[in-house]
Amino acid sequence: MSSHVIIGYSFLAVGAFFDFFGCLGLLRLPDVYNRCQAATKCVTLGTIFILAGTAIVTASAAIALKAGLCCMFILFTSPAAAHALVRGAYLAGVRLWDKSVVNKFKERADEIKYPRGEEK
Amino acid sequence: MTFVFVIAGILGASCIMCLYRIGHGPSAADRAVAIDILGVVVVGFVCLLVLLTRKDYFVNLAIAWSLVSFIGTLALAKHLEGKRFDE
Repeated sequence: MSSHVIIGYSFLAVGAFFDFFGCLGLLRLPDVYNRCQAATKCVTLGTIFILAGTAIVTASAAIALKAGLCCMFILFTSPAAAHALVRGAYLAGVRLWDKSVVNKFKERADEIKYPRGEEK
Repeated sequence: MTFVFVIAGILGASCIMCLYRIGHGPSAADRAVAIDILGVVVVGFVCLLVLLTRKDYFVNLAIAWSLVSFIGTLALAKHLEGKRFDE
């Protein structure tokens, strides 16, 4: 087994580790916002590690190029999707966890919900 | 080759946790978040498919899947926010 295969397999192991603990956070944390931040960050990084490990193990130019492209797409789209989901959840009226301490979106959400300032 | 199946088992455990959250989620937003995360984990599965078969066209599948999953998540977010899909 040559050295690049060992390096690629260690990348795969790190990626699977991050994926597993991101999904564990999705299972165990208390409300939507905590779950979304834990799962999005960990799973994005883990999948990028898995893609890089695949490119290193196979040592093929086509696979490396496409895997880099897929890394870029995931890196750009995953935070945008999580942001849209959390904003939609807040505007749909999902409450924060009762031990959460800061909510910087509240004023803007009130502006969006009641645009002319009537009936707070 | 055994190592790839171990990684597949770990990713399968992650998928089962996501499926639990999709099934038992208290609100609709929990289910939408879990669907989004499941879409990213599936990209890892496609990478394992590339490792098992050494065919490079499966990576195209990963790219297409990640983009389609992104669009589906945006549609779910708009639906949560209470808007129609065309505004």
